[in-house]
Amino acid sequence: MSEGTLYDKVWDRHKVTTLPTGQDQLFVGLHLIHEVTSPQAFGMLRERDLEVAYPELTHATVDHIVPTADQSRPYEEDAAEEMMAELEENVREAGIDFSDPTTGDQGIVHVIGPEQGLTQPGKTIVCGDSHTSTHGAFGALAFGIGTSQIRDVLATGTVAMEKQKVRKIQVDGELGDGVEAKDIILEIIRRLGTEGGVGYVYEYAGEAIESLGMEGRMSICNMSIEGGARAGYVNPDETTYEWLEETDYFQENPEKFEELKPYWESIRSDETAEYDDVVHIDANELEPVVTWGTTPGQGVGVTEPIPAPEDLPEDKQDTARRAQEHMRVEPGDTMEGYDIDVAFLGSCTNARLPDLRRAAEIVEGRQVDDDVRALVVPGSQRVQEAAKEEGLKDIFEEAGFEWRNAGCSMCLGMNEDQLEGDEASASSSNRNFVGRQGSKDGRTVLMNPQMVAAAAVTGEVSDVRDLKEVTAA
Amino acid sequence: MSREDERSESSERASGEERPASDAEVREIRTDGGDEVEIPEVTHVSGSGVPIRGNDIDTDQIIPARFMKVVTFDGLGEFAFFDVRFDDDDNPKDHPMNEDRFQDSSVMVVNSNFGCGSSREHAPQALMRWGIDAIIGESFAEIFAGNCLALGIPTVTADSETIQDLQDWVDENPDGEIDIDVEAEEVTYGDTTIDVTVDDAQRKALVEGVWDTTALMKSNAGEVRKKAAELPYVEDAAIPEAE
Repeated sequence: MSEGTLYDKVWDRHKVTTLPTGQDQLFVGLHLIHEVTSPQAFGMLRERDLEVAYPELTHATVDHIVPTADQSRPYEEDAAEEMMAELEENVREAGIDFSDPTTGDQGIVHVIGPEQGLTQPGKTIVCGDSHTSTHGAFGALAFGIGTSQIRDVLATGTVAMEKQKVRKIQVDGELGDGVEAKDIILEIIRRLGTEGGVGYVYEYAGEAIESLGMEGRMSICNMSIEGGARAGYVNPDETTYEWLEETDYFQENPEKFEELKPYWESIRSDETAEYDDVVHIDANELEPVVTWGTTPGQGVGVTEPIPAPEDLPEDKQDTARRAQEHMRVEPGDTMEGYDIDVAFLGSCTNARLPDLRRAAEIVEGRQVDDDVRALVVPGSQRVQEAAKEEGLKDIFEEAGFEWRNAGCSMCLGMNEDQLEGDEASASSSNRNFVGRQGSKDGRTVLMNPQMVAAAAVTGEVSDVRDLKEVTAA
Repeated sequence: MSREDERSESSERASGEERPASDAEVREIRTDGGDEVEIPEVTHVSGSGVPIRGNDIDTDQIIPARFMKVVTFDGLGEFAFFDVRFDDDDNPKDHPMNEDRFQDSSVMVVNSNFGCGSSREHAPQALMRWGIDAIIGESFAEIFAGNCLALGIPTVTADSETIQDLQDWVDENPDGEIDIDVEAEEVTYGDTTIDVTVDDAQRKALVEGVWDTTALMKSNAGEVRKKAAELPYVEDAAIPEAE
C-alpha cells in the first residue's frame, strides 16, 4: 500500500471512522451540486425527514441543462425549467450558496469551484459528476459520486469510501509547440487503457506537469476518470498558491492564506513516499493526440496511422472494430484529413481562459470553413467576460464562430446544443462515446483546443503545427 | 429477505404491461416518515439472465443524457439502453433486452469495464427499474459499482472465459435460473458452480444489510463534528450545533 502520499495524508486527516463494511467514513470539505444529479437526493432527504447537515460547505451551480443561447426565464424547454426551478427551491430551503446565472459567477461546476477559491489543497471534494477529479489539480482529493451518495453527503457531511491504491504518473520532458496538457492525458489513457486506473488514484508528477499552469493541470486531472481512476491529483506548489491568492475566498480572507499554507505544504507527497505503481511518460515524444474511436483510450498521434484492431490486445479488438465502423475510419490511415461538420470549443476539460486564448491565436485572421458550424462555449460567466474584455470574443465571431453563454453544452448534449444525424465533431471535451454529443450516429473526435480551432478553419482534422508554421511565416 | 422476493414487483418494461413504479416498490427501502430506514440483507439473488456483450459499455449507452432531464428516477426503466434498443422511429432493434425470452430476466451478464464514464446513478436506476437485481461481469467501473451498491445491486466479477461461458449458457437457457450466493462468492447455473469475486466491502454491506449508509453514518454525527473542527480549513461557523 502507498505511504506518505498526498492521498494517504488527506485521507487520514478526513477519516471519521471505519464502518462495519470495512469502508472508511470520510468527512467532506466541499460538496458541489448541480441540477441533474441532486434533485433525487433532495427528494430522498425529504422522504426520510432529514436536513442538509453542512450547508455552508455545499455550493450549487447550474450547468448541464442550462441553455447557452437564450437564457431568459422560463427556459424554452419545460424540462430544463423544471430542473432549474427544483434546484432553486432546494438550495433556498437548505440555505446553500448558488452561483446562478444572475450572479455572474455561474458556470460549469469544475470551472467555478477553482475560480472562487472553493477548491483548495487538502480538501476532500465531491460532486455528483465524474469529472470532479478536476479539482485534484489543486492537491485536493476530489471524486465523483452517485445520487445516493449525494444523499449521504447532504445528510451527514460524509461519504463512505474504500481506500484505493496510488499510481504515480511521472511525466518528464517538455511539451512541443501545439502539444498540450490534453495530449498528455489522452496519451496516458491510450497507454494505460480506459480501465487501467480502476482501483487507483493517479498522482501526476514530473517537470512536464509542474511546468503547467493550473488550467493545464485541471485538464489532466479532469480526464483521470476516462482512464478509470476516480481521482487524480497534482501536489500543490507555488503555481497553485499564486492561483489561490487571486480567488474570491482569499481576497476576502487574506489572513486565511498564510494560515492555511502550512497545511497545504504538509499534505504534499513526501520525497520518500511509496507508491503502488509508477509509470513514466516522456513529454518530448508527444504530438497532438486525436481519437479515432468511441472511447477516450482510442487515441493516436495526429500524424500516426490508426491501428488495425488485430494489432491491439485481444480484449480491445471487438470494441475497436465497432468503433472504426461507427467512425468510418480505416486502419493505416491517419486522422489528418478526417472531415469535420462541427467544432466544439468548450467543456470542463478545456473551456478556461488560456484554452480560448490558444485557440483564438489559431483562429485569428482565418475563417471557419463553409461546411463547419463552430461554437465557443466558455466554461463560466467569468471566463466569458474576461475573454470578451481581451477581445477573444471578437476574434472568434469575426472568424464565424458562435459565441455562447457558459454551460456544459455539446459535451453531453443535454441542452439544445447537439450533433445532428451523423455529424462529425472536433471537440475539446472529454468523451467520444457513441451518442454522447446528442446524436446516436454522431461522431466525436477529441483533441486539444488549438486542434479544434485548426479543424474549424480547415474543415478537417488538421495538424495545428502546420497552421502555426504558416502563421509564423 | 432477499431481493428475489420482490423481483416480480420490480419489473417494468417498455413493451408489455405497464406497471406504475414507485420508489418503494423498486428500492425495497421502507421509510416510516422519519429517518428510520429498513435496509434488507442481500445474501442471494436468483433469476434468469440476460447477456449484454461488449467491453467499455458506458453509462451514456445505458441511459442517454436526454432521459436525465427529470427530477426523479421514476420511469427510467423503459429508457435503459434506449439508443441501442430502438431506431429513430422507436422501432425495436436487435437487442437482448427487446427479446421476449429475456423479458423476465433479472441477472445481467456483462463483459469488462461495464458502466464506465459518467457518474449518473440514472444508469443503475434504469437497469433496476427494468428489472435487474444483480450484475455479473468481467469488471466494472468504480463509480458505477458504487452506485449499484447504494441500490443493493451486487456487481460480481469473474474472468473473461467464465463470463463468456455464462453468457453462452444464458443464450441457450434464457429461462435458466442463475443463483448468486453473495456471501459464499459463488454463482450456480445449470449443473455448474463457479467462483466469483464480490469486493469485500460490498459483500459485507450487502450481506449485513448496511448498503444504505445514511443512517449508519448519521449515527456518528458527533465524531463528524469533531473531525470537522480539527480541519484547518473548516470555519467554526460551518459546523452545525449538536442535535
